[in-house]
Amino acid sequence: MSNQGPKTLFDKIWSEHLVGQREDGTNLLYIDRHLVHEVTSPQAFEGLKLSNRPVHRPEATIAVADHNVPTINRQNIEDPQSKIQVETLAKNTKEHGIQYFDLMDQRQGIVHIIGPEQGITQPGMTIVCGDSHTSTHGAFGALAFGIGTSEVEHVLATQTIVQNPAKNMRISVNGELPFGVNSKDLILYIIGKIGTAGGTGHVIEYAGSSIMGLSMEGRMTICNMSIEAGARAGLISPDQTTFNYIKGRPYAPGTEHWDQAVEYWSSLPSDNDANYDHEIVIDSSEIDPMVTWGTSPEDVVSVKGTVPNPSSAKTENKKKSIERSLEYMGLKPGTKITDIKLDKIFIGSCTNGRIEDLRKVASIVKDKKIASHVQAMIVPGSGLVKKQAEEEGIDIILKDAGFEWREAGCSMCLGMNPDQLKPGERCASTSNRNFEGRQGRGGRTHLMSPELAAASAITGNISDIRDFT
Amino acid sequence: MDKFHSLKGIAAPLPIVNIDTDMIIPKQFLKTIKRTGLGVSLFYEMRYDNDGNLIKDFVLNTSPFDQSKILVAGDNFGCGSSREHAPWSLKDFGIRSVISTSFADIFYNNCFQNGILPIVVSPENLDQLMTAAKNQIEFNIDLPEQIIKAGNHSINFEIEEFRKERLLQGLDDIGITLGYQDKINAYEEDKKNKKPWLFKKN
Repeated sequence: MSNQGPKTLFDKIWSEHLVGQREDGTNLLYIDRHLVHEVTSPQAFEGLKLSNRPVHRPEATIAVADHNVPTINRQNIEDPQSKIQVETLAKNTKEHGIQYFDLMDQRQGIVHIIGPEQGITQPGMTIVCGDSHTSTHGAFGALAFGIGTSEVEHVLATQTIVQNPAKNMRISVNGELPFGVNSKDLILYIIGKIGTAGGTGHVIEYAGSSIMGLSMEGRMTICNMSIEAGARAGLISPDQTTFNYIKGRPYAPGTEHWDQAVEYWSSLPSDNDANYDHEIVIDSSEIDPMVTWGTSPEDVVSVKGTVPNPSSAKTENKKKSIERSLEYMGLKPGTKITDIKLDKIFIGSCTNGRIEDLRKVASIVKDKKIASHVQAMIVPGSGLVKKQAEEEGIDIILKDAGFEWREAGCSMCLGMNPDQLKPGERCASTSNRNFEGRQGRGGRTHLMSPELAAASAITGNISDIRDFT
Repeated sequence: MDKFHSLKGIAAPLPIVNIDTDMIIPKQFLKTIKRTGLGVSLFYEMRYDNDGNLIKDFVLNTSPFDQSKILVAGDNFGCGSSREHAPWSLKDFGIRSVISTSFADIFYNNCFQNGILPIVVSPENLDQLMTAAKNQIEFNIDLPEQIIKAGNHSINFEIEEFRKERLLQGLDDIGITLGYQDKINAYEEDKKNKKPWLFKKN
């Protein structure tokens, strides 16, 4: 990558963070913020201890327990292993002087919800976390990606990471979003179009009027699922919407630096004639509310569509893959999506556990009751999202409709805590992965937007929000 | 880190595309605070039934594949989460190399941190190697020469030079980077002046 000529947003952040080149030819990239949670960090701290290495810059790391925390009765974590993991994080962060939001702290929540919420996430930063959905923070124009535990240890010890530059891909979505279509539908549509390996080796920059018209919450949903398209990171240019969101948050630049920061952030958007390795342009009018039918996030279809037939697959591999998915999902080819009956509804996760998501759900289920055969739960993304919702009376609306109102955490998105599907149970989920066994062994996940999940909770079948009044 | 030079043995065929990290090591095994002991839980839901008994016809439960050091798998292996438990469980089982047409980025990187060699081959070569694996033909992977030999097949593969060197020598990545401590400190001093808000104490 040359220093001359037009640059993409990615190129700009990359060159600004380059510490230097090692003798082996790899690049050392400086990391501005490191987010740490209980599942992927214990072995990293242990590694530091074994080699007697200190944490290079403790104040650049923020820690929280989210993956296996219970969403009820959280004073006592019953699972002894989960308990040890949470306690280990508390101990490790204390030992190294790292800021830790404990379970009783209102700021506790899903790591990718609280970063933006606290103003930790800012444009132009490099942000890493031992979690693939770190891509979420790209919504602010920060280069943010998931890393493994060995890399967590590397970042703790050196505040850098060994990287080589990614390729640039731009996905532009233009036009006003049709009624009933939102950011979740957009990203599911994109994954369906390019496939789960479509973004491998790339950072995806999302652009176009449909994207730039989204709220920060909507932008986070898009960037969050970049990893499901195989990309390590997603990026959206920072603009006034971004600055307005950040201003005044606890970790945001204060008044003494605000103007200087905004000036820098305003220089970040990609240059007009910047070069991309791949470009995709989508007209938003072609997008419907989307639902997954299979066991990969690329297995998407319009809510008006039907379960695909393996015989229509273009390759033998794809055919086998569809057959395997249908068997696991207990679905027959040709079944109308809206004829699929549900057992559970899960609303939450780092994809859709923010206040805006909860408001949408509340507006749909207000003065209604969930179907008698479904169990529905809402898990706010953070303690502060929960508090905000309670201040707005959202919790009352949801509880009156029959939803369970839980404490913040990752919960049934990955089922590390007790919130899991039982074998054969079918769930409408606002989360990000429909992998086999993801939400519980034998559990069947249909990914969709909060609006669709809310409408589906009321009818008991997967439902099109556009038919729902 | 364990060195990797060459590897000889039979390979287990796993002709499934998009094998994700939840399949490789399900969530209930992520509660450990150790790197070891995960091999017994590798591919748990494909390997064990609801009562925890071995599913006899799953490839890694059958002889001689239960001793495999190599895995031949479908496209986009290792997609999904960043959990390093995935390569930890493969390694603990005894697998030191995975062959596929493509790997998810984070998983690919995680392999090299643990002395595992992920090898990308063409779809045509994957078909050949899948058949060879099914026929229990011995594989011979030579990292210095960047070649896989299996029966009549002799397949060259690409690997970035620094990754190759690190595997061959079993280098400690953090140790190398700490050799650049002065550069890191200088970078920080420079940015403290240029972007002071990034160094604000809360």
